[in-house]
Amino acid sequence: MIHLGGALVLGVLVQVPAVVASHPVIAVLFPTLLHLLVVGWITQVIFGVAYWMFPRYSAQRPRGSERLGWITFGSLNAGVLLRVVGEPRHALGEATAGVLVASALLQLLAGWTFVLNTWPRIRER
Amino acid sequence: MPRLSIWLVRTSLVHLTVGITLGAVLLAGRELADGAWVVRLRPVHAELLLFGWTVQLIMGVAYWILPRFRAGRERGGALLPWAAYWLLNAGVPLVAAGKWLSGAPSLALAGRLLEVLAAGAFVAHALPRIKGFGSGT
Repeated sequence: MIHLGGALVLGVLVQVPAVVASHPVIAVLFPTLLHLLVVGWITQVIFGVAYWMFPRYSAQRPRGSERLGWITFGSLNAGVLLRVVGEPRHALGEATAGVLVASALLQLLAGWTFVLNTWPRIRER
Repeated sequence: MPRLSIWLVRTSLVHLTVGITLGAVLLAGRELADGAWVVRLRPVHAELLLFGWTVQLIMGVAYWILPRFRAGRERGGALLPWAAYWLLNAGVPLVAAGKWLSGAPSLALAGRLLEVLAAGAFVAHALPRIKGFGSGT
């Protein structure tokens, strides 16, 4: 929900010419806005709802590995945050010192841990 | 979870895995190797994540949880939703290949047509299941 709010605010800002003129960084925020919406909100909602409602892994561990679930949560949000910090700077030609690579690896970790934890739960009850 | 939903959701997870890996290459590539081949990955990444992952996951979960029929087969006939599964999973790789091989627009077009047929088959299956609680069928 926080990502959704952030994306919608950015979506308004990029449409206001006066804001774009006074803050050039706003003009290059569209990819950031898109990924806030698609990764930070939609993907995260899907991950959250799937973790909640998919068939149980076992009576002892109904949702599989809780640790993997938290790793997914933490790395996805850290990855998106780093993207928000690094992507506009990179688009403006500033040095980003590996921020985008770190963001990519964190989001990759989030996706892979989600798949790893969810796959065994996709079965007949 | 019914067998078709298992296939749809698991296949969607495969698309998610490949799609986010391509996305990570795209993002990291901006700092490491911003070449033309990286840019060509973008539509493939988008195709896998939008149609291969999101649409397919929704179809899988919808087939599982939409209201069931009281009489006959509880989720209706199996032909249409299985057709949707195969058509979608034929269409997505074709579109991705067509986007990757920039000189092959007919591949992407064929893939899109298969995706449209997949959507039509799934909608034809799902529409009768969208009903209020306690309705007669």
